[in-house]
Amino acid sequence: MELEYVYKRPSAISSEADGYCPGCLHSTANRIIAEVLDEMDAVGRTIAVFPVGCAVLSAGYFLTDMTIAAHGRAPAVACAIKRCRPDRLVFTYQGDGDLAAIGMCETIHTANRGENITVIFINNSIFGMTGGQMAPTTLIGQASTTGGPSRNPDEVGYPFKMCELINQLEAPKYIARFALDSVPHIREAKKGIKRAFSIQMNGGGYSFVELISNCSTNWKTTPLKSLKFMREKMIPYYPLGEFRKPEEEE
Amino acid sequence: MDFEFLEGCEAIAEAAVRAGCRFFAGYPITPQTEVPEYMSRRMPEVGGIFLQGESEIAAINMVYGAGASGVYAMTSSSSIGIALKTEGISYLAAARIPAVILNFQRGGPGIGNITASQSDYWQCVKGPGSGGHRCMVFSPSTIQECVDIMGMAFEKAFRDRNPVFVLLDGSIGNIKEPVKLPDMKPVPDKDAFDWCLSGCEGRAPRQLLPILPEDPSKFAEHATEMYARWQKEDVLVAEDLPDDAEVIVTAYGTAGRIAGACVKRLRKEGLKIGMIRPLTVSPFPIASFRKLDAGSTRLIIDVEMAKPAQMVEDVRLAVNGRIRVEALEIPGGIIPTDEDVYEGITGIIKGVNENGA
Ligand SMILES: Cc1ncc(C[n+]2csc(CCOP(=O)(O)OP(=O)(O)O)c2C)c(N)n1
Repeated sequence: MELEYVYKRPSAISSEADGYCPGCLHSTANRIIAEVLDEMDAVGRTIAVFPVGCAVLSAGYFLTDMTIAAHGRAPAVACAIKRCRPDRLVFTYQGDGDLAAIGMCETIHTANRGENITVIFINNSIFGMTGGQMAPTTLIGQASTTGGPSRNPDEVGYPFKMCELINQLEAPKYIARFALDSVPHIREAKKGIKRAFSIQMNGGGYSFVELISNCSTNWKTTPLKSLKFMREKMIPYYPLGEFRKPEEEE
Repeated sequence: MDFEFLEGCEAIAEAAVRAGCRFFAGYPITPQTEVPEYMSRRMPEVGGIFLQGESEIAAINMVYGAGASGVYAMTSSSSIGIALKTEGISYLAAARIPAVILNFQRGGPGIGNITASQSDYWQCVKGPGSGGHRCMVFSPSTIQECVDIMGMAFEKAFRDRNPVFVLLDGSIGNIKEPVKLPDMKPVPDKDAFDWCLSGCEGRAPRQLLPILPEDPSKFAEHATEMYARWQKEDVLVAEDLPDDAEVIVTAYGTAGRIAGACVKRLRKEGLKIGMIRPLTVSPFPIASFRKLDAGSTRLIIDVEMAKPAQMVEDVRLAVNGRIRVEALEIPGGIIPTDEDVYEGITGIIKGVNENGA
């Protein structure tokens, strides 16, 4: 009997075991990106720019051409690659410390120039790789190793809403926030990534896809409870949806 | 090709274009702002890419992306701007991505001043970023030498897959002199580089990673071999060494030019004097100093627009105590006159003669 594959490893993901903590949704984010690349038949035309942070672990098993940028600088690297190789699919994959703290300047200016790249933003509300320090996206009242047991806005301000910030700029073409906490949300996220990549490959311009993610290790909780935190704390502060999309798509 | 009367910054930028440079990213800072200005006009004319970075940090990382794509890419800055680029330069070296970086030194530390200086020799030659890596560093004295070097700068950067500096100063950037530009060279085919990022269609994926390999000694071994090759093959130096020279003057860049005029004058006055003028300070022309006959040469005078002098440390290492080395130190941010250098050199010789070795 001929068996048909209905679910398999995307071709852009190697069979190496990934290095992420158990329950980390980076793996999910990686997977849906790779699935989209397969669906668009774009693996061989993709150049990925990984950052500094847990997201860099993806470099270990992503099977596309790639480089790693200095902490926060992925958009500057990616926009130059895209300008030199305009027919390639170029995306960055960055955490919140990388994208919204040290890399805020590159993030905003690359978006403002309308560079024809896709920025995928993994928002887990904490510095993961360095062990749970306060990020620009750490929620009010959330614990971190440098912000104390409860983020106090009187002392350190409020969490950045990156989609909303980028939505102030004229040039970006696609701005959307999704979450990875449930199957329906993950399917939405995948659609959003595909939309962003398609806009890019049609020469459309800058796209920004934020994915609300987790970090059970540094949130000091279980993977299951981390999903609850995403739903009950993160999504209410970081509303999901497409903030901007090209007119013909509306 | 006829001589043209050109400003340093523009001549150097044009020479880079003629060498095949098709990507430039920069950020304004005196005394090199004319380079990004020129490139913003010129790049579109030759089908190249110009990007004004939001900072020097962004600019060097743009160059990182362009170099990774196999394009001859360049950035330019001055002292404090180069300081911001050093993280990116270290990443270039680690990921083995080629690039050319122009450094028009100005007075420092801090915001310093906008006048010519040589106080960033250490920054460029010894510490162009964290991690203990080196860059090849050219150190031309005239605009003609600058434009002649640009082709080589890109070739070495791509041969080695390592960042290359051209160490300049505000004076070279902003003077005008007659210069013969090199011919326009064909642009290298970016797909001909078998390491660059282009999408893995029909081949295995390529990675340009600024991280140490599983066996960390691999990178150090590769780098050590590369630096040794430079010392063997890539030293450039202008020597003017009469057999019986008693005094040798050494200087690079603008100081080398002024000191050179002074050496000629002193020779006319009857002094047995020679000169070693490095055109690369990394690799440093060690052999030029090693071969000096300590029997006839009794004094080496290093002239620098930096106080304390910086290159003098490499001179002393090369000489290894065989010959006395003194430094004429003109603080960075001051351009000395011929007369200043003449008086300084004759003063040092007089002092040594009076007080002995
Ligand atoms: C210039 C520089 N500063 C600091 C670091 C240390 N560092 C490594 S990862 C990281 C935080 C990354 O956090 P985030 O971007 O939120 O990604 P995550 O690990 O949570 O996925 C930091 C600060 C570095 N590598 N380079």
